[in-house]
Amino acid sequence: MKVDRRSFLGLGLGAVAGIAISPVGAKLTDDSSIWTQNWPWTPVPPDGKITYGQSVCTLCPGTCGINVRKIDGRPVKIEGQDTYPVNNGGACLHGIAGLQYLYDPCRVKTPLKKNNGRFEPISWEEAITLVAGRLGKIRENQRPDSLACITDTNLGSVPGLFSHFMTAFGSPNHFTMQTLESWLTQTAQTLHGSGHTLGFDLDNADFILSFGAGIIEGWGSPVACFKANSGRMQRGAKFYQIEPRLSNTAATADKWIPIHPGTEADLAMAMCGILLQENLFDPEFAAGFRGGLNRFNAMVQQKYPVDQVAAITGISAADIKKTAIAFAKAKMPVAVPGKGRGDGAQSLKEFAAIHTLNCLTGNINKKGGTFVKPVPGYLAFPDPVQDAVARDGAAQEKLAGSAQELVTKIHQSDAPVVDTLFVYSANPCYSLNDPMQTRAAFEKIPFVVNFTSFMDETALASDVILPISTFLERFEDVPSKAGFAGLVVGLAQPVVDPVFDTRSPGDALIHLAKTLGGTMGDSFDWPDYKTCLKSLVPGIWNDLSKSGYAVVSQGPPAGRVRTDFAFLAENPSTIQPQGDADLTLVPIDDMRVASTAPASSPFAIKTVSDRVIKNRDMFVEINPKTANGLKDGGFVTVTTPAGSAKVRLNFNEGIMPGVIGMVKGLGHTFDNRYVAGKGVNVHELISPVIEPGSGLDAAFGVKASISKA
Amino acid sequence: MQDKKAHKFGMVIDLDKCTGCGSCTVSCMAENNIPFKEDESDKKDSITWMRVYKLTNGKSFPDTQTAYLPRPCQHCGGKGDHGHSPCVSVCPATATDYGYDTGIVSQIYTRCFGCRYCMVSCPYHARYFNWWDPVWPEGMEKYLSPNVSPRMRGVVEKCSFCYHRYQLAREQAYYNETDEIPEDAYQTACTTACPAGAIIFGDLNNPSHRVHQIVKPDPHPDPLNHDVVGKSRNPKVFRLLERLGTNPKVYYMSEKEWIRKVGDSYLDGEWDKMKNHHGSASHD
Repeated sequence: MKVDRRSFLGLGLGAVAGIAISPVGAKLTDDSSIWTQNWPWTPVPPDGKITYGQSVCTLCPGTCGINVRKIDGRPVKIEGQDTYPVNNGGACLHGIAGLQYLYDPCRVKTPLKKNNGRFEPISWEEAITLVAGRLGKIRENQRPDSLACITDTNLGSVPGLFSHFMTAFGSPNHFTMQTLESWLTQTAQTLHGSGHTLGFDLDNADFILSFGAGIIEGWGSPVACFKANSGRMQRGAKFYQIEPRLSNTAATADKWIPIHPGTEADLAMAMCGILLQENLFDPEFAAGFRGGLNRFNAMVQQKYPVDQVAAITGISAADIKKTAIAFAKAKMPVAVPGKGRGDGAQSLKEFAAIHTLNCLTGNINKKGGTFVKPVPGYLAFPDPVQDAVARDGAAQEKLAGSAQELVTKIHQSDAPVVDTLFVYSANPCYSLNDPMQTRAAFEKIPFVVNFTSFMDETALASDVILPISTFLERFEDVPSKAGFAGLVVGLAQPVVDPVFDTRSPGDALIHLAKTLGGTMGDSFDWPDYKTCLKSLVPGIWNDLSKSGYAVVSQGPPAGRVRTDFAFLAENPSTIQPQGDADLTLVPIDDMRVASTAPASSPFAIKTVSDRVIKNRDMFVEINPKTANGLKDGGFVTVTTPAGSAKVRLNFNEGIMPGVIGMVKGLGHTFDNRYVAGKGVNVHELISPVIEPGSGLDAAFGVKASISKA
Repeated sequence: MQDKKAHKFGMVIDLDKCTGCGSCTVSCMAENNIPFKEDESDKKDSITWMRVYKLTNGKSFPDTQTAYLPRPCQHCGGKGDHGHSPCVSVCPATATDYGYDTGIVSQIYTRCFGCRYCMVSCPYHARYFNWWDPVWPEGMEKYLSPNVSPRMRGVVEKCSFCYHRYQLAREQAYYNETDEIPEDAYQTACTTACPAGAIIFGDLNNPSHRVHQIVKPDPHPDPLNHDVVGKSRNPKVFRLLERLGTNPKVYYMSEKEWIRKVGDSYLDGEWDKMKNHHGSASHD
């Protein structure tokens, strides 16, 4: 057959037309898209009925009301509760990511016992029997005070039950981690007598003078503070931030006053001097002063003259004067202590000096002022039943002034200081300064029992782990904490059945006490924690069970406040950072990183800037002026008296020359690839410095040097 | 062409109130089943529909200033606000489309075949590509929401203004036998999460909504650039790269001039001319 031009074109056109009309092409494309878009491994979340569960978040001392959306009983989303009187809607990133904690790869799924350095699962019955056996021996040996306990706070019924347990057992050694709450309580106790704590009415104040308080970095109750910060912009209230670094708080403030780190106390003292000298203090309130206002005045005039303090702090004398006078002349001024989140190491002198400014203005227990209020006392604990052994033990002197001091003591002592240690909801092996020392101290404690939900650094250093239900799986009363003006008690309620074989800490303690029997059993005469809770809060249980919260106090507390200047009049010395290098390393609080227990969630870590963590490397902030030829992003070694670390430099014009900053809450070493193994734990570079008098760790920073790595 | 009664959902973000805390980002991730990887420090492949950028005024210590700018999808109306958004115009698969009834730019994952033209055309880097299949740690997929389908490897995704929440609100309105969707019935996950109250969401076409009252959108095209429609008559309010004529429905607000200036790239001296045309000054 001859293929001529005509048939060639005909065939060609026919083929083109055929292919175009044929469904084969379309069919193949369709098939390929169907086949390439089959993703059987991608989860299809089951649909179902939408319900809501209400509870209170306990991830931080913020105590926000939360609303949990559920699909067929399966929680899918946490949001802020609109009507809860602490956060009034809105929630922080950690609370919103709360469901990740429920299924965290690090959750302790069953009770564990350490055997030759490895954890073995055991039953609850075995675990409780094991712990009870150990405790029984301690009591047989008549050394009940060799049981110590570290909890995150001392507020609420669960820490209360630990305290009850310790007293019934016969040990005075119940310690809490350092929190903003503990600082404020100690400050109020020093200036106003025991049984007091401080609250700040930031919602109404018209001049907020913050000495580094990270109002939007997680200080106090974060969401409440965020709202107060937005509110004060609308009200036109002034906000001055005094701190060495342009934090987010400083950036939104009306004025940022950079100050050499660690000199805040001196500045506050000098400002007190100006107020006294210029007669800008409230004479009516001053009538309640005790312990030598005159002596205090003479001391500050002599020891803290403005010119000298200007040189120490790096703030000009004119600025110090102007700020002090503006503060004193405001109608509702509030001076706020507590650097960053307020839970880091700092000195009592600093807190007391700053709060003295509040006392001098007389804006105490008034709307828009500082509230000197009684520590929450809504819990009606029965007296624990003690036998002779317990009475003797409880009468012993407390081993230390703080958890940090206890750990230091254990580490330094050759003889065993503590036989058994309980840890609840705290991670001292990570979050105390010099965690290496803490871990070494834990090695020396023969028996550590950890009540925890997560396999964190401290859990890894424990001998028995009692897995605790998370806040989404259990009942608990949750009182509002540090810095919050009023007192709101919320009820955390289970929004989901425990995912693993976990229990409420209250139930675990009651079980343990009953197993011990005798006076311990008598002291814990409740069938379960829920019944116990109901009996402890008779006045507010109705409110708690009906609306999920009870407003115990609101507005300024009544009654006159006495102020005692004895502590400051002695002019306690200012704590200096350890070491003699040129730079000062300070920890930075970043809202996106949780710095205490529990550690950050994967979602929170995802939001962290690539100028804080890149791959696994940590950045330190440094002013380009201080960098001395080193490059932005370059690797350096930071060396302090406590240790050294390889990090990268993040040039930041917002940090004072001479200061370097490192974000707190990273460098975890437990087994969670989303959260741990990233960066450096800044506490590894700082050794504790115990402040004489308070017993608290005051190492706010440390001297450091950097060299090219 | 547009229905008079059509919604035009939009957002105003108060950058002075924004604290950079990241709650919006996390709320968005939890609401929309966004996964996470072991390392999320390479921000180019870290999927965050709502990303918070840090801004600085570039000055040295102690005059330096910083602020944060949350960036969801800007839901551009395109030149002249006719619905030809940069991404919609280039999508060969019609996987992304403009909703004339809502002003929302949609994304249909199963239709997307991953050419990523839209990512190139988006001036706001609001679109993300799934380089990997999502993997949740064992058991964690139990918290996934049925309202948003988890995505798979090879597709592009972005902020949808929580369109599923609009669908729920609309169903509720049908059920209540009304056409009206109340302002608080449809709010995005970032808006409800923001602890500082910095994000305000609503219908820009509805004068009773707060977004409309704050933005005061100009019904007339910008006399200097006819592509620009809906410019704010509030001198404190601006949009990102407004002069491109993409007509975003996300507006930003700040008292600080340096922040408003960061919203676009200006030649020397250009800002001083521009700012006089920015807002009420040019319309009084």
